[in-house]
Amino acid sequence: MDIFEIINSVLSKNGLITSFVFVGCIVWFSYFLSNKLTQGKFHGSAIAILLGLIFAYLGGTYTGGKQGVADIGLLSGVGLLGGAMLRDFAIVATAYGVKLDDLKASGIAGVSSLFIGVTLSFFVGAIVAIIFGYTDAVSITTIGAGTVTFVVGPVTGSALGASSEVIALSIAAGLVKSILVMIGTPLLAKYIGLNNPNSAMIFGGLMGTNSGVAAGLAAVDPKLVPYGAMTATFYTGLGCLLAPSILFLIIELLY
Amino acid sequence: MAIYGVALLSFCMLLGIILGEFLGRLFGIDANIGGIGIAMLLLIFLSDHLKKSFRLDDISEKGITFWSMIYIPIVVAMASKQNVLGAIDGGLIALLSGGVAVLLSFLLIPVLSKIKK
Repeated sequence: MDIFEIINSVLSKNGLITSFVFVGCIVWFSYFLSNKLTQGKFHGSAIAILLGLIFAYLGGTYTGGKQGVADIGLLSGVGLLGGAMLRDFAIVATAYGVKLDDLKASGIAGVSSLFIGVTLSFFVGAIVAIIFGYTDAVSITTIGAGTVTFVVGPVTGSALGASSEVIALSIAAGLVKSILVMIGTPLLAKYIGLNNPNSAMIFGGLMGTNSGVAAGLAAVDPKLVPYGAMTATFYTGLGCLLAPSILFLIIELLY
Repeated sequence: MAIYGVALLSFCMLLGIILGEFLGRLFGIDANIGGIGIAMLLLIFLSDHLKKSFRLDDISEKGITFWSMIYIPIVVAMASKQNVLGAIDGGLIALLSGGVAVLLSFLLIPVLSKIKK
């Protein structure tokens, strides 16, 4: 019996537990770097998220899969720990202790940011698609929808009958958005006044990508997470509602 | 009992997602509309109500706060399982449309923050 074989099989069989150790090490190392190199100026959790993304890139290159490190057998538990179920569970938990008055005070701004956010992202995507030579309304709409989020893209694309290459492209656009939000938020937060429940709700409504908003706010101030998540959770639904209907009709009128 | 807090949290999440699914069907789309947001509102309302009438004690409360403290590690795990390669492989169209959309959205935050009730 090979000792590595035994270790390997134990770690794989207890995937979720292995992922606790893996993530614990990343977080510890990130806070260590944050304190030593930046005197805590660059938040430890921002570094941890960045390291996570780098590992995801390496994992993707190594396995050729779509799940980052979770495609490596040993680390498959990361897929469960970082999956939608536990992420949403933890997001709901952050709502405990939220002040209802703060939510009410930002209600109008939150709702308007949702509509502005979906429409803005959609038209940015559509214009880029047009610049790159797409001329049919279905492809333009699908790429625009993907820029909303990587869920809205395929939902819209399959509803309208877009080609699979265009759908893949729309998913990639959404992925870029979500990853840029994760990286950009901690860097830009102080310049855009992202430090209170009101701007966090607007941030959630404008960006909409659940993972981007969740990670971005975690790296700025975890207390803001529930406010951003509250609006972001309506974004994908609103996108799925608007993109294949009214936004598609607008594009079709123009083409 | 810690399980009371965990159970309340779970109940809110499930009910929220179910309502979000119904809302989606109502509009005829195959997506969940605001399920997690509804779940958060349920938790805020219910925990507030239970505190007044039954008292959610400190230990039950820990069943909820543990999960909110474990939030950042979960987000780190989520980052580690993203399809970063797919985003980069999407080429210039994906990079440009995603990038410009994010940039413009960031710029709009200070503008919209001025909207007050």
